Amino acid sequence: MEKTRQQILILHLENPDLQSKTVAWALYDGATPVGQRQMSPGDSDTPPYTSVLDAMRDGWNVIQVAQLPYLVHGHEYDTGILPFEYIMERKVQIHDEVR
Amino acid sequence: MTKSDEKKYLLTAKQMAQFVVDGFLFFDDLIPEELNKVVLQEEKELKDSGYDFWYKSQAIRSVFELPEIKGILQSLMGNAIYDHSYLHVVEGRDMKGRGHEWHYDSTYDVRPYAFDIQVFYFAHDAPAEMGPTLVLPGSHLRRINSRTIARYKNIVGQRQLAGKAGTICFVHHGLWHCSQPNYTDQSRFMFKVRFRPDQKQSRLFNIEGYDSQEVKDIFLNGSQAWLGDERKHEIVRRAKLWRYLVDDDLVDVTPESALQRMSI
Repeated sequence: MEKTRQQILILHLENPDLQSKTVAWALYDGATPVGQRQMSPGDSDTPPYTSVLDAMRDGWNVIQVAQLPYLVHGHEYDTGILPFEYIMERKVQIHDEVR
Repeated sequence: MTKSDEKKYLLTAKQMAQFVVDGFLFFDDLIPEELNKVVLQEEKELKDSGYDFWYKSQAIRSVFELPEIKGILQSLMGNAIYDHSYLHVVEGRDMKGRGHEWHYDSTYDVRPYAFDIQVFYFAHDAPAEMGPTLVLPGSHLRRINSRTIARYKNIVGQRQLAGKAGTICFVHHGLWHCSQPNYTDQSRFMFKVRFRPDQKQSRLFNIEGYDSQEVKDIFLNGSQAWLGDERKHEIVRRAKLWRYLVDDDLVDVTPESALQRMSI
């Protein structure tokens, strides 16, 4: 029987346009065995995809798009977490148990 | 020390502007080589908790008695109050030490402008492969809780504080940062100490030229690519911090005089 595991790719973009540039990226790979290194901060200075659309063209499925910022009067210039976050997934086949 | 000597060691307006833009200042030529060696030896010999190093080591306290270091702390906080410190040790080949995920030190800080300073000091050479701290320049004014950002991994413009022995960085408490793997066989020692101000942090540095075009250019050219559509938000926040630091409610370092135009 075919076994699959989920990979999650999180891209943060410059603005809400799915074609805008990637400014941050993270990969969580369910096919990577326990104890083996996942993507970590400082691993790379170049994003794996230039945009969300670029990732979609490589087979990633978008499962969450960023809600557009809701501005409260008097707090228009507040900043915090990265605002334009897109979560994608794909399933990959594995040949052995990964635990 | 004379008044002119004191002023000599203060940060200039350009240095302070760079601090407001990046959230930290990096120096690698302030601490004498001999003092770095003594500190490193004492770091290696510490048998107690990292919290105790400040109290056990005369050498580390000597670093903070140097006029250059005192001048920088004076510029940022006035009379800097010691808060706490820790000697972080990451053994050789440690790929996942403490603080490996993106974070900032503490919970939401609701002070509108005031800030603490954390000093990161490496007494030995700390090349990139040894894993000195990774920081995100320009992230210090964003309001987050400690590990809200822990699921982030890589961000355009992230920078490792790699440097030679004696590298010392003065960091706004809000700067996003994380530890890095140590790919070498040598242990990495990073002494971190936090200071807090006991006064309004205004006009504490050498403010000469604070409204000059040179200073404005530092703000105009200081945007980071990762800010994306929020770059103007951050420019406004930095410009308001600048007003606080120079105690001038009319100075405006935004590109379109946004503060004056909107009366904010």
